[in-house]
Amino acid sequence: MSINWQAFQLTIELATVVSAILLAIGLPLAYWIAFSRWRWKFFVEAVVALPIVLPPTVLGFYVLVALGSQSPLGRWWQSLTGHTLAFTFTGLVIGSILYSLPFAVQPFAASFSSVDRKLLAASATLGASPVRTFFRVVVPLSVPGLVTGLALAFAHTMGEFGVVLMIGGNIPGVTRTVSIDIYDQVQASNYASANAMALLLLVFCFAVLTVVYGLNRRTLDRRLWTMGPVK
Amino acid sequence: MLRRRFVSLGLIALLVLVPGASKLAEAADREINVAAAADLSSALQEVATNYEKRTGVVVKLSFGASGALTQQIQNGAPFDVFFSADMDYPRQLIAGGQAEGATLYRYAVGRLVLWVPKESPLDVEHKGMEVLLDPTAKKISIANPRHAPYGRAAVAALKHYDLYEKVSDRLVLGENVSQAAQFVESGNAQAGFVALAHASAPAMQGKGKYWIVPDEAYPQLDQGAVLISHSPRQQDAAAFLEYVKTAEVAALLRRYGFSLPEAK
Repeated sequence: MSINWQAFQLTIELATVVSAILLAIGLPLAYWIAFSRWRWKFFVEAVVALPIVLPPTVLGFYVLVALGSQSPLGRWWQSLTGHTLAFTFTGLVIGSILYSLPFAVQPFAASFSSVDRKLLAASATLGASPVRTFFRVVVPLSVPGLVTGLALAFAHTMGEFGVVLMIGGNIPGVTRTVSIDIYDQVQASNYASANAMALLLLVFCFAVLTVVYGLNRRTLDRRLWTMGPVK
Repeated sequence: MLRRRFVSLGLIALLVLVPGASKLAEAADREINVAAAADLSSALQEVATNYEKRTGVVVKLSFGASGALTQQIQNGAPFDVFFSADMDYPRQLIAGGQAEGATLYRYAVGRLVLWVPKESPLDVEHKGMEVLLDPTAKKISIANPRHAPYGRAAVAALKHYDLYEKVSDRLVLGENVSQAAQFVESGNAQAGFVALAHASAPAMQGKGKYWIVPDEAYPQLDQGAVLISHSPRQQDAAAFLEYVKTAEVAALLRRYGFSLPEAK
């Protein structure tokens, strides 16, 4: 029985990078979804939600074949970077961003839309720019939603399997994530090692979610406190 | 109103009964479930089709890495026959009481090739293993040696030519030898160790060029088939295994690049 710490570390790195990028992409995207009045907005919302229903094999297949050297897009990427996306950490990051996008963007957007519009109007009347209003009013009021979105994106990436199996190539320290390592151990009938890794992942993901929901509860309490008694 | 209700009732009945009827017919048909090593993916498909035409028994095929299939059978997967890419996995099953020792049969000897896409600058046909030292061979795919016999053969061959240390950081592992082939075919890996059965399959004709790894470079890939003990269809399964022993199937397997026990 042994724990593959390298795979564990790699998986955490992947989830951290993906969550950070999703925060950067997700904030403007969610803001747009929450506040845009464009009539075709539902179209964008459907695209964002797609990865929830698509099997990971579809994403894996596209990253592998559509971005492989047989396709124009893949050749362009290759001429840019010198290698294909498959079998690289970058490839996993791109696959995971697509795969976890709705898990970050949907909670972001939901909490943005629940912000009282009167506060936004007030902020504007006081002369704040939309960007300033966003960071000083919308974001502070949406912290629980942002934390939930980030935690879901992080945990979802930690547990990602299908995409990685299809495009990873199982390279130790580069693309052999915990879920792949567990699968490998089971296929090779090393149940003890599989069990150790599975338990580690289970405990870790549970801990992350507990901390997040615990923090969220505290922020909510504090906000109610600073806002005074609820009428 | 009433008529409309009858029409909709009729439609519902149709929806319920038609799939049900076809399911009944299916149950009446005889079928066997076969677990097979990934290198057989084209060849055994053809064997199964021929067998179905001849006997009416439907052969359902599930392909995977031999080690993975072994693990599934150990955990009660409902297979009737197992075609491994080696002899060790069937022996493991026999030792564990999951397969019938008396039925173990070496149906073919697999051969390993180094495969590159047709348009590749790597001259694999003349230079063989040496092309792996070429810097343009950035990724080299092999089957996962932990549970795929072809992966083990590939590692053995690389070690035989003292190349393993030099290329190990460029190896990517396919879940089984089919995925190793698919990594190269899709252009994501520049070279790969695959089964000759893949390289010579009709679907792959004209897509690549290959070099047959000499026999002395890796332990012979004797491939064994065995009946699964918990199969409820022992008779049909045994009949299929008998068919695999015929000269007709032997010729077909040879056409796919397997060498045959008799020929050895």
